[in-house]
Amino acid sequence: MTTTPLLEAVDVVREYRSPRRSLRTPGQPIRALDGVSVQVHEGEAFGIVGESGSGKSTLSRILMALDQPTSGTAFYQGQRISGVPERRLGFLRRDVQMVLQDPMSSLNPRMRVADIIAEPMRALRLPGDHRARVAELMHSVGLPEEAVTRYPHQFSGGQRQRIAIARALAAGPKVIVGDEPVSALDVSVRAQILNLLTDLAEQFKLTLILVSHDLSVVRYLCDRIAVMNQGRIVETGDTESIYADPRHPYTQRLLSAVPTLSGDLLDRFNRSST
Amino acid sequence: MTGVSGLVVEDLVVKVHDIQAVKGVSFEIGRGRRMGLIGESGCGKSLTALALMGLLPHGVTASGRVLLNGRNLLDLSDKQMCAVRGNDIAMVFQEPMTALNPLMRVGNQVAESLRLHKGMNRAAASARAVELLERVQLPEPDRTARKYPHQLSGGQRQRVVLAIALACDPAVLVADEPTTALDVTVQAEMLRLMDTLVREEGASLLLITHDLPVVASICEELLVMYGGSIVEHGDVATVFDSPRHPYTAGLRASTVLESTDGSGRLSTIPGRVPSLGSFPTGCVYRNRCPRADDVCGTVPLLTAPPGSTQRAACHHPIESDQPLGSGKASA
Repeated sequence: MTTTPLLEAVDVVREYRSPRRSLRTPGQPIRALDGVSVQVHEGEAFGIVGESGSGKSTLSRILMALDQPTSGTAFYQGQRISGVPERRLGFLRRDVQMVLQDPMSSLNPRMRVADIIAEPMRALRLPGDHRARVAELMHSVGLPEEAVTRYPHQFSGGQRQRIAIARALAAGPKVIVGDEPVSALDVSVRAQILNLLTDLAEQFKLTLILVSHDLSVVRYLCDRIAVMNQGRIVETGDTESIYADPRHPYTQRLLSAVPTLSGDLLDRFNRSST
Repeated sequence: MTGVSGLVVEDLVVKVHDIQAVKGVSFEIGRGRRMGLIGESGCGKSLTALALMGLLPHGVTASGRVLLNGRNLLDLSDKQMCAVRGNDIAMVFQEPMTALNPLMRVGNQVAESLRLHKGMNRAAASARAVELLERVQLPEPDRTARKYPHQLSGGQRQRVVLAIALACDPAVLVADEPTTALDVTVQAEMLRLMDTLVREEGASLLLITHDLPVVASICEELLVMYGGSIVEHGDVATVFDSPRHPYTAGLRASTVLESTDGSGRLSTIPGRVPSLGSFPTGCVYRNRCPRADDVCGTVPLLTAPPGSTQRAACHHPIESDQPLGSGKASA
C-alpha cells in the first residue's frame, strides 16, 4: 500500500533495566522490543499475538505514545509521536483510545457510570452536550440509559466491559486499542462483546488494534496479525493465510497449542514439540 | 461404565444463607476416570468443588453425600477432614500466586504436605519434594526447591501447586480452572502433564473450567452445570458433537468463534446468568432458552433416551439429527 499508514512503528527498540544485583554494577538491560517495525492501516483490524513477555503490550503502549522507545520511532498519520512532549499529543489522545482487560480495575469504583463515560470528554475539553452524548453511547453499547447513575460494582463483568468500551468511544476516536479485552469474560459473554466490537468498528469506521494471547479471538476479529516472540515480530500477514499456513516454527508451535473441541490437542502438541 | 468406584457424589446441596446455590447434584467419577465440569461463572461449579474439599466459607453449608473410600466426607469433623484433604483428595487452584505461601520456599511447601500426612521427617520430605518437582518437569528441581514463588513464572508456579496436590498420591484430584491464567503453550504443557500424571496414578480427576476445548483435550466424561443443577451429562465427544440440552448447545456455539448466525455475527446465549436466588422456577434455563414453553415451568429430570448414556435435563432436548437454530459449527 502506498498510502501513509495510520499508525507505524519503525525499528523500535525498548530496553528496561533489571534491578541491580550489586552496588557497583548497574542492572542488566532487558530488551522488551528488539527492532520492531509495524504498519497499521486505516479501517483495518490488526492483531498483535504472543505469549506473556513477548513484548506485545509494550509495542501497543509505544504505538499509543504511553511509553517511549529506547531507539526507533512511532508515527501517527505520518507525524512523529515518540519523544514528543505530552502537551503536544492532544490530537493523539483524542484519536486513540483504549480498552483494557479487567474492567474492575480499569473503571474507578467510586465514580458513577455517567462520570466515567464523560471523563474523556471533560479531560479533552470537548464541546457539546456531554450528558446527551453519554446517553447515546449507553445506547450504542447496549446498556439501559437509566443505569448511568449506578456504580461499576453493580454491573456484571460483560456489562462493565461495555462501559469501558463506551468510555473509549466517548471522545470520538479513530483507533481503539484493546489489550486482552475479552480474556476475563465467560465464553458466552465473550461472543457478545466481540459482536459489539465488530458492530461498533463498522458503525464508527474504527481502526482496531487487538493485543491478545487468545488465537481464536484474534482470528475472528482481525484482518492482519503480527506474531511476536521475545521482543521480535516473527511473522506478519493476513490472518487467514497465517492460520492456514504458518511459516515460522514459533507460530506453528503456538497454533498447535490451541485446544479445540475435537479434543486432539495432546496429539497435535506432542507432534509439534518433538 | 465406571470401574472401581472413586468419588461418588449423591444429592449434594449447597446453601448460601438459605438459598440453594447447588441443587441436588449427583455424579460418580470412577478410578482413573477424567471428568470435566463446565458452565458459566455463577453456575455453582466452584461451590461444588469447595464442598467436596470441605472448604466452604462461613455461612455456606453443604448437605447430601460425598463418598470416598466408603466414608461420607460431609459427616467428618474439621479435624478428620484435615487428614483427608491433601491426602485422599487434593485440589489445584486457579491462581497459583494466591494458592502458594509467598514467604515459604516452594520445596518446603511441597514437603509440608508430606510431613503432615505421611509423617516423614524433614530430610526425607525435602528429598521427596525435589523428586516431585522433577515429576512435574520443573527445570533443576533441587535449585527450584529453594526458590520462593515470586521467583518462578506463572506456569512454573502452577506446576508447584500440582506437585503439592500430587504429593500424597490422592485418589481424587480436583482442578478448578488450572490453566486459565496461563499462556497457550504453557497451558498445553500443563494439560499434558496432568493427563500423564492422572493416568499413571490412576487418580480420578474432576476438571472445572469454562473453557470447553480444555475439557475436550483431557477429559472422557462431561458434566454441564447451570443454575446449580447438572443439565447434561455424557461422554465428552458425544456431548460436544451433538449436545441435547440447549444450554450446552449455546455454550458450544459461543465457544466456536467460526460459527455465526448467518449475518456474520457470532452466536451467543441471549441474556446473562441470573444472580444467585433469581433463577426461574422449574427449568433453570427457561428464561434464556429458545425452546422454552409452558411445560418448562416444571423441573425437568436428568434422563437419557433409550439406548444412550447421554443424559439431559430438558423437556425439549435437541435430537441429534436436528441442529439448533444457531448454525452448525465446523470445529
